[in-house]
Amino acid sequence: MAIEATLAPASDTSRPPEGRREVVYRHSVVVRVTHWVNVLVISLLLMSGLNIFNAHPELYWGKFGANFDFAWLAMGSVHTAAGAAHGVLRLGGLAFDTTGVLGVSAGPHGTRLYQGFPAWSTLPSWRDLATARRWHFFLAWIFVANGLVYLLMGLANGHLRRDLAPTISELSPANMGRSILDHIKLKHPTGEAAKRYNVLQKLAYVVVALILLPLMVLTGLAMSPGFDAIAPWLLDLFGGRQSARSLHFICANLLVLFAIIHVTEVFLAGVLNEVGSMITGRYALPRDRQA
Amino acid sequence: MMPRRFSRRGLISTGAASLGGLMLSGCDRLSRAPSFQHFIGSAEGLTLGAQRQLLAGQPLAPEFKLVDLSPVFRANGSTMPASPRYQSLLADGFADYRLVVDGLVGKALSLSLAQLKAMPARTQITRHDCVEGWSAIGQWTGVPLARILALARPLTTARYVVFHCADNLGGGLDDSGLYYESIDLFDAFHPQTILAWALNGQPLDVSHGAPLRLRVERQLGYKQAKYVMRVELASRMDQLGRGKGGFWEDRGYAWYAGI
Repeated sequence: MAIEATLAPASDTSRPPEGRREVVYRHSVVVRVTHWVNVLVISLLLMSGLNIFNAHPELYWGKFGANFDFAWLAMGSVHTAAGAAHGVLRLGGLAFDTTGVLGVSAGPHGTRLYQGFPAWSTLPSWRDLATARRWHFFLAWIFVANGLVYLLMGLANGHLRRDLAPTISELSPANMGRSILDHIKLKHPTGEAAKRYNVLQKLAYVVVALILLPLMVLTGLAMSPGFDAIAPWLLDLFGGRQSARSLHFICANLLVLFAIIHVTEVFLAGVLNEVGSMITGRYALPRDRQA
Repeated sequence: MMPRRFSRRGLISTGAASLGGLMLSGCDRLSRAPSFQHFIGSAEGLTLGAQRQLLAGQPLAPEFKLVDLSPVFRANGSTMPASPRYQSLLADGFADYRLVVDGLVGKALSLSLAQLKAMPARTQITRHDCVEGWSAIGQWTGVPLARILALARPLTTARYVVFHCADNLGGGLDDSGLYYESIDLFDAFHPQTILAWALNGQPLDVSHGAPLRLRVERQLGYKQAKYVMRVELASRMDQLGRGKGGFWEDRGYAWYAGI
């Protein structure tokens, strides 16, 4: 106890002067550049992907799937007896009225569009499969190159192991439980703990960077008839081309879910400091609440 | 401090939102610019080059079993060519049909359906992938294109095989909407590239391309030309149609449809 008492003031004197927070170098230039390239490229991949989806807004499981086969997800429209058009999302045996967003939505100059996703969410905003495919495959090459730079550099410089891989103690039920509670209470790490990602953050980044984003590439390639001749095992892995197409769609949705939570957390944790650190690399440690 | 922080935060959100809006209208404007379309379309060359490296050993497209067949094989595009010539051929059960093989060949051919059916055939159960996203599995029987090319003996200047079709998908009164497609010799000599005359053990029906359609199994559906009347060996594609090598290519789609 005595030792702690003598140490405490000493560590206090090493802190930055009152009113200034300690600044740490948090994000390497590779992480920062690949992150912002991803923000731009994945946003446009998503939007051009929604345009491509609209060409056939039905999803199937298995090796084949077309209009006469059972679609586990379908977007369309129905007309009521009164003549009103309703957008419908069908999931299995369930039907949801999604008028205004899915199936039926507003087009330019007061027109009404009968399509899966609405014009504001697609690239280009009008229905154009050929142009959307050009965008999508152009961006896909950039996305793959960017991802390879991130993964290879992350392996080489230890970023993946040091910053993303959770430790055994972090994965303990007690620590996981505390982290979950902290997130629910919107309590963010301060001081020393804020120099590292918390365990839920690490797991989220691992799932996105090492599972979901690679799955987007692999399920995308599995839809390519040329690549299926090169790597037929991809089809076996995903259970057929139409399953791969469904998984491509599901993973894209999970990435949107991640982005919503991620951006929300950025705002909760302090948008200037967080976004600033992703641009400059320097992060001001939030002060301990006790201090 | 507090009001300033909030206004700064507000500024960032508003800024991000307007930046997003600007980006989207910017992307739409870029999508309309032919030069930018050409720029993003250049990735097609990268895809073709990469896939051709990986396909150098000419692997087969996956083949399936009879139990995998689609219960209904969706017919798409033209399902009944309207031209008087096609209609009279159809009325006679294609007895007068001749497949013309010409262009840059040592020997031009004119083959009847009976002659084509008498040639050694290949049967394959493969997946048809429409560019729209759907797939159907069917069993195709037909003459390997390589066999027909061997008879016609392409000249060394020949680089592409062009398929001229009977259907006018463009719908105009002239011939500018006639369907056509082209592949290069790499795909033309692939063992699964066949001119099919049967689907699922039955003579090809009109909606699926009777009497003869192309199957080029490592590419998308729009390459699988139906109602093939003439096979032309060519050195270039810019003098055909609008110059992009196919009906849909002339309307913005990629010539290489391996992805």
